[in-house]
Amino acid sequence: MFLALRDLRFARGRFALMGIVVGLIAVLAVLLTGLANGLVNDGVSALRTMPATHLAFEPGVQGNLFSRSSVDPAEARRWSQVPGVREATPYGNTLAHAKEAHTGKDVDIAVFGVEPGSFLAPEPDTGRPLEAGTDGVLVSRKLTDEGIKVGDTLVVERSEVRLPVVGTVGDASYGHVAGVYAPLKTWQRIQYGLPGEPPAAAFEVATAIALDGEPGSGAPDAQVLSVEESYGHSPGYTAEQSTMKMIQFFLYVISMFVVGAFFVVWTVQRKDEIALVRALGGSVGYLVRDAVAQVLVVLVSATVAGAALGAGLVALIMSTAPAMPIALVPGPIVTAMALLIALGVLGAVAALRKITSTDPLLALGGNR
Amino acid sequence: MTATVTTTGLALDGVTLEYGSGDTLVTALDEVTLTVEPGQFVAVVGPSGSGKSSLLAVAGALIHPTRGRVRIADVEVSGTKARDLAELRRTRIGYVFQSGNLPASLPVRDQLLLVPHLSGRITADARAYADELLEAVGLTAKAGRRPHELSGGERQRVGLARALMNRPAVLLADEPTAALDRRRAREIVALLAEQSHRRGAATVMVTHDTELLDSADRVVHMRDGRLE
Ligand SMILES: Nc1ncnc2c1ncn2[C@@H]1O[C@H](COP(=O)(O)OP(=O)(O)OP(=O)(O)O)[C@@H](O)[C@H]1O
Ligand SMILES: [Mg+2]
Repeated sequence: MFLALRDLRFARGRFALMGIVVGLIAVLAVLLTGLANGLVNDGVSALRTMPATHLAFEPGVQGNLFSRSSVDPAEARRWSQVPGVREATPYGNTLAHAKEAHTGKDVDIAVFGVEPGSFLAPEPDTGRPLEAGTDGVLVSRKLTDEGIKVGDTLVVERSEVRLPVVGTVGDASYGHVAGVYAPLKTWQRIQYGLPGEPPAAAFEVATAIALDGEPGSGAPDAQVLSVEESYGHSPGYTAEQSTMKMIQFFLYVISMFVVGAFFVVWTVQRKDEIALVRALGGSVGYLVRDAVAQVLVVLVSATVAGAALGAGLVALIMSTAPAMPIALVPGPIVTAMALLIALGVLGAVAALRKITSTDPLLALGGNR
Repeated sequence: MTATVTTTGLALDGVTLEYGSGDTLVTALDEVTLTVEPGQFVAVVGPSGSGKSSLLAVAGALIHPTRGRVRIADVEVSGTKARDLAELRRTRIGYVFQSGNLPASLPVRDQLLLVPHLSGRITADARAYADELLEAVGLTAKAGRRPHELSGGERQRVGLARALMNRPAVLLADEPTAALDRRRAREIVALLAEQSHRRGAATVMVTHDTELLDSADRVVHMRDGRLE
């Protein structure tokens, strides 16, 4: 690093500019990973925390399976006989509007219908669990953040079903809407959608059968998706994720080209120095090691500084604006930093090729 | 390695250097034979394009001749691989470049220390020798300066000190005085002669300036790639 360090010090203005650009890209990369994770959380945390491994939807339906699929809850018994399936239970999923009975506060909710006592029924963080024969519900964090608490009552629009809040759970959102766990029968009345006592047929409906374990042969006719595969049927999920992926992809490509272009220009600027080292008998390996060390010093320090700043920003946003879908997850941040550094080095490889192609004869100077 | 010539300095034997081929063929050196003993200071004069730089490039192991043999300090250069040529340059050859050719980011002392660093690491011995050479060229007081803070003559003296850093068997200087006024030019040439005598390097200096030849032990003239 004899030359690399001295050049860094000598041309610190140029390198600082470059470092600031890379650092800002790292800030943006960290914000994007935070946003991507926040969006996933906000979009499908109810599916992520679901203890099932697979969902069996109605055969033949297409598009958004969660809103279009309709299965008979009684099929759960047949599913639990299928080899590979440890447990099976009906699952309902519907979006609704509701008002808090006393304050009149409007809320959008995603109602999940589960059999109380089944493996799908969540353990409440506070309050009581779901109970068959009641309309008591568990509300997720998004609603408690909005001030809904145990003892409140949510009145669902149209069906006018009254849902007393009996307990709370953590993150359980679906399609950016707050999740509410209700007993299956209650869910079926909401799904029916009209006030008064619904007909008997309304109680033969669920969205899917939730399975614990991958079904083997002999399964009933159905569209079986793993829970992860079902994320794509959550409203907006696929579009959001592909948008985020595309933005991130372009960010990495841009940073690769910025770093590559900088080091190509820089290497052209120091062509005389390279020719001199070659003429003095320095090996190509010596120059390449020196240059790579320089690239790494710039990239690592700028990326670390930028990522730290980005993480600080994410933490600040999370504490000041809890409604914003953003999450600080170390894994993706480290991945983003590694990618920025690796792609930067890859970009700089173009510059290294200029080193190997520099003719030591150039050092003989202007008279040639 | 055949020892027909008993010198440990520099020996060129029937060296021809051609650039290009066919219609664009240029014969830069034509059957050049030249022997320089250790400690001998030879000046090469000739018009522009006569092949002086080409002569130094061949003598400095920067390029292989098309034909003929080059011996540097008893190492036969012909047939040596590029990597070994680089090692030869690192260990046996000192080159003073026309423009000084000093990396802008290196202070004067580091210009000299770059040479041992290329060979591995900078020993205490190398540091002491660098200081001794800076003393010899009168730049001790400016050891921490960067090239842009030096005059043209001072830069040439740094270039000379750097060329001596690896205790070369062969010292080559390509128009080392081109950018200087008469007085500075004389100083540099005198220094070159003194260093070559004192340190026993076979020295070749290329110049346009026929008034700088009095310190040379021998003067050869070059025309159209031939020595006269
Ligand atoms: N890389 C090259 N490719 C083709 N021809 C070259 C190359 N380098 C030099 N020549 C030609 O070889 C001949 C000798 O060039 P050289 O540079 O050795 O001359 P010189 O005596 O050093 O001239 P000057 O005093 O102008 O520096 C010239 O005709 C030149 O055009
Ligand atoms: Mg020349």
